[in-house]
Amino acid sequence: MQRIGDGVAVRRLLIGAAVVLAALFLLLPLVAIFAQAFARGIDVFWANVTNHYTLAAIQLTLFIAVLTIPVCLVFGVALAWLVTRFRFPGRRILQTLIDIPFAVSPVVAGLVYLLLYGRTGWLGSWLDGHDIQLMFAWPGILLVTIFVTCPFVARELIPLMQAQGSREEEAAVTLGAPGWTIFRRVTLPNIRWALLYGVILTNARAVGEFGAVSVVSGAIRGQTNTLPLHLEQLYQDYNTVGAFASASLLALIALLTLVAKAGLEWRAARREVHP
Amino acid sequence: MSIRLHEIGKHFGRTQALEPIDLDITEGELVGLLGPSGSGKTTLLRIIAGLETADNVAGARILFGERDVTHLHVRDRRIGFVFQHYALFRHMTVFDNVAFGLTVMPRKSRPSSGEIRSRVHRLLEMVKLEHMAHRYPAQLSGGQQQRVSLARALALRPDVLLLDEPFGALDAKVRQELRRWLRHLHDELNFTSLFVTHDQEEALELSDRVVVMSNGRIEQIDTPDELYRHPANRFVFEFLGDVNHLEGTVRNGVLTCGDARLAVDLADGPEELLLRPHELELAPSATQHAHLPVCVTAISPVGAEVRVELEADWLGEPWLATVSHADYERLHLTRGTRLYAAPRRWHRFPDERSKQAASTLEAVS
Repeated sequence: MQRIGDGVAVRRLLIGAAVVLAALFLLLPLVAIFAQAFARGIDVFWANVTNHYTLAAIQLTLFIAVLTIPVCLVFGVALAWLVTRFRFPGRRILQTLIDIPFAVSPVVAGLVYLLLYGRTGWLGSWLDGHDIQLMFAWPGILLVTIFVTCPFVARELIPLMQAQGSREEEAAVTLGAPGWTIFRRVTLPNIRWALLYGVILTNARAVGEFGAVSVVSGAIRGQTNTLPLHLEQLYQDYNTVGAFASASLLALIALLTLVAKAGLEWRAARREVHP
Repeated sequence: MSIRLHEIGKHFGRTQALEPIDLDITEGELVGLLGPSGSGKTTLLRIIAGLETADNVAGARILFGERDVTHLHVRDRRIGFVFQHYALFRHMTVFDNVAFGLTVMPRKSRPSSGEIRSRVHRLLEMVKLEHMAHRYPAQLSGGQQQRVSLARALALRPDVLLLDEPFGALDAKVRQELRRWLRHLHDELNFTSLFVTHDQEEALELSDRVVVMSNGRIEQIDTPDELYRHPANRFVFEFLGDVNHLEGTVRNGVLTCGDARLAVDLADGPEELLLRPHELELAPSATQHAHLPVCVTAISPVGAEVRVELEADWLGEPWLATVSHADYERLHLTRGTRLYAAPRRWHRFPDERSKQAASTLEAVS
């Protein structure tokens, strides 16, 4: 008896095609980034990375990521809890709404925020009257980044919490545990890996977001430039090495994220065998 | 501690899951809630636990002893609840699972960690799992997990123990064992317990009294013995065991159905009689009172008895008869054997809605 794909030729062809495509589309560009970044030697690379504007961009990017993660974390857990533990009218609609940031092009999201919170926008004009400027400043970047990344944690948690059900929590409550204790000692340990995974994805997106941020940031060098925006500006200025130096930093963050993600998956797989 | 329910009903949206129910369970009783799925038994159990709220009507009351718990949160009801699929905390060891209820008590009433340890060990000893204290739930068998879940529920010395299909997910042998063990434990510790099951054998074997439910209604509350002897209505009769149907027309004291005839002491008119498999006698010839020719279509020896499936062209659905191994050998039963059935007893529920006392008559023999 032969299963589909058992033929040696077919198998070699499929595996070969996958390897070639992966190399061509994934590995090669990654190598190219680092090759370009170091094209004129490590000194030039270092000078570009430690450039005042690059450092400012790195700082802003990390600052935004650090603020985004806790917001998305709390939002995601609360939303997943709501959707999986309660039945209420509009629950399905809410579950669909979560996906809006994924469905909408980030540029559109940025434009909408600009329209609402810009100086002449509906809410922006009122804020402007109170001397609060959101757009073309870091709060605007933070807002759109949160918008773009908010589904990640919830999306990771909802299927898991649905599958696990609320029996353990019910058991805890029959044993007299108060709500917060149940969350801390029963719910949280059961979802911690999915939670971390969601955070990793959130972080990756928060760091790398370009479209939405480019609309609302104003790209003022040294002030409202995030790393992806900075990179693009350098490239427009024909500073290829500088652009690729910044790109290599982003790629590095991406690689670290992937390593962390793989580590978590490995742990999760191992836990299923030895809890 | 006794449990008293008064006017407890439940709607989910517009569907009525439970008609308003009254139920009294005396202290120390072990009561089974028996019914098919969708009969409202689990809903009732969860309402008693406080995991579900009953419809908010003026008369609705739940009393534990003299304590009115109707509006009390689950957390404060002091119940032990055993879930169908154990619901053990999967990331905690067996020890931590059992200790959980003790460790979440408010600091001022919480026992010292030394006392918690000794109490948990006593409980684990009771469920014979001391050597498993440091295992995780996933490393235990179903029966062991269920014992852990029992120990966990008993850790807080609840007044009332509620069990939702406690043995439903276990294989037959383990189930039998755990049933006996629970009965033993119940008699020893003397708490009041209420358990849900859809398995009539389990309900009849384990309970002091059984509450039979269907469609959100209590059909009958009685001891297993009374329930079997005097079922209140057709539903109870049919739910408690296998049933054979005999439909026909009575004329001059003889029920006729095709070429089947049975002498009955009933008025003329259409009738339906219900017969238990073990109340059917098989013989090579018809008797004076019963002429029910049948043909054996399947034979399966199950434990102490032999189950024989019978068919005839006057029968809509095949009948089932259980005979002793001695009779089985005496009659030389094989597939295709033709013989005659004669009921020792039969039952009828002429109008089940009116809930009149059902007549269960000895057949004339």
